[in-house]
Amino acid sequence: MTAISAGATGRLRALRSTVTAGRGRSNDLSFLPVLAALAIIWLVFGSMNENFISPANLTNLTLQIAATGTIAVGVVLVLLIGEIDLSVGALSGFAAGVMAVLNVRAGLPGLVAILAAVALGVAIGVFNGLWITRTAVPSFVVTLAGLLAWQGALLAVLGGTGTVNITDPGITRLAQGFLPAWLSWVALVVVLLVVAAGSVQQRRRRVAKGLGVPNPSWALLRVAIAAGVGSVGVAVLNADRGVPYALVLLLGLIVVFDTVIRRTRLGRHIMSVGGNAEAARRAGINVNGIRVFVFAAAGGAAALGGVVAASRLFAVNQSSGAGDLLLNAIAAAVIGGTSLFGGRGSVWAAFLGALVIGSISNGMDLLGYVTSIKFLVTGAVLLLSVTVDARARERRRKAGGPA
Amino acid sequence: MTPASALESDRPAPDTGSYLRLTGASKSYGAVRALADVDLELRAGEVTALVGDNGAGKSTLVKALAGVHALDTGDFVIDGKPTTISSPHDAVAQGIATVYQDLALCENLDVVANLYLGQEPRHGRGRLLDEEEMEFNTRRLLDELAVRTLASVRTAVASLSGGQRQTVAIARALLGTPRVMLLDEPTAALGVAQTAQVLELIRRLRDRGIAVLVISHNLGDVFKVADRAVVLRLGTLAGEYRIADTNQDEIVAAITGADVLNQNERNHA
Repeated sequence: MTAISAGATGRLRALRSTVTAGRGRSNDLSFLPVLAALAIIWLVFGSMNENFISPANLTNLTLQIAATGTIAVGVVLVLLIGEIDLSVGALSGFAAGVMAVLNVRAGLPGLVAILAAVALGVAIGVFNGLWITRTAVPSFVVTLAGLLAWQGALLAVLGGTGTVNITDPGITRLAQGFLPAWLSWVALVVVLLVVAAGSVQQRRRRVAKGLGVPNPSWALLRVAIAAGVGSVGVAVLNADRGVPYALVLLLGLIVVFDTVIRRTRLGRHIMSVGGNAEAARRAGINVNGIRVFVFAAAGGAAALGGVVAASRLFAVNQSSGAGDLLLNAIAAAVIGGTSLFGGRGSVWAAFLGALVIGSISNGMDLLGYVTSIKFLVTGAVLLLSVTVDARARERRRKAGGPA
Repeated sequence: MTPASALESDRPAPDTGSYLRLTGASKSYGAVRALADVDLELRAGEVTALVGDNGAGKSTLVKALAGVHALDTGDFVIDGKPTTISSPHDAVAQGIATVYQDLALCENLDVVANLYLGQEPRHGRGRLLDEEEMEFNTRRLLDELAVRTLASVRTAVASLSGGQRQTVAIARALLGTPRVMLLDEPTAALGVAQTAQVLELIRRLRDRGIAVLVISHNLGDVFKVADRAVVLRLGTLAGEYRIADTNQDEIVAAITGADVLNQNERNHA
């Protein structure tokens, strides 16, 4: 009897150490692979071409990734619930086309046209979500149909000319305009103060409840890193034309949805649907409502991305939203660390992943590589990052033991 | 005279600790009689084991208690009051918590998030989650249950063992301060050490005054943890035993109907 209990205690101890070891993979560390990839890419291209890490090129880079990153925010949300949306590219083109027609041909103010485009994107997202939840047709098929249909819709709204040029500064300023230098610094300071205050408040609450608090130097280090990255970024962009409005929009969108995902009930329920939809349903969560919301958000983000792309191009034409835009948005979400299997990932993946893809494309352009090589390299990076995700998942499954 | 006391007068020695009493439970699926006139009593601070072979009606009975499938006939008296259970919501409202064999946990979320899934508290009137409140209560609950195997309540369930997951699922059920806990095969697929942990946890539930019903195939576990065993065979009540006054052979005989066979053989002889 004592022998049995001694064996049991030994096993308990082994178990406990396994659990403690498993704690390492926390939120902060999940960005390490993509940050490492980014560092390598920048080092390689920086050493091969001195123009790569120049303020002018880095400003161009942020403008190049703005549309992809904005669309990828929606893709991340959809991947988090374990679904896919293949219509975001075509939808972004269609929404931009509607905006252009409303602005140029119907004479609506730029902002109104933009809001109408985003509303259209949300409405189409709601349609996608309802169709998927009501008919149980897989999201892959429903949104594949959307990919074809919205391309057709774009051609229809553009009409015979096939292109609509945009001159309204209310729209073009988005991707052609920049924050004044002083405003960018003020904005940075405000953001840092909010982050620091939030950290202090969380600390106070944990202390009040008698919960363990991390070493204060860790919290300080986090704020210091944010301050360092932020100031270097702002300084570099200000050395050229400034911080683009499109980048502010993308980062703002990410902060909003990141907060929703990590700190609200809605976000928790989104993650639970991605983790185990049946468990979420039994916990009283409106699983289909969550799905419809996520597709609506993805539609809205896609439309906004289309608006940014149109603003950058001064036009909407028959190829808006086509080409590699959809694939890059999905690849960005995945390369950024969002799991294709649902329930794991961060909204920041959209930005980091888009930065990786954008850097590769930008760097290879600088070095004079042809498009074929660019696609091959981007494909290899995508394959690598999905493999990393699949292997990590396998490791977790094994670490969990039976059940 | 209330129906409750009328019922009690039918039975010898009414137990003051009785929390739930089900009488005359019957259920048919088409032509198949899954349950026929089964009585079940669950008492506060007592572990009742529900045993029986596959298809004996255990699942049907538990689903009726959990409100998943309504019975054709059957009268519930809960906390002294006649009542009906026709939905999972009814069952929860009557203080009945159920932990199914699949546990229904989200592996990607941590222990705290799983405990509070669907009922997360928020800061004051704000929209943001009150993580501190959730974490504090989770720790307190696990401490009360003397769970020492979870190093951190911020561990994702994916990296927990089967026994730890069972603990998390039971702790979640406890958040609603239930009076009855239904545990469906809590030790199936667990190793020796983890089974010991879960059995210890079940004893703690009993010590909290909860009426526990454990469905189990493992008679060894039943004899370690249960106070009473209710045996079902082919949808009917095949016997009810105090664990202290019986042995495994007697229970096995009741499960398989061996005693009936023996009797028949004797009659033939």
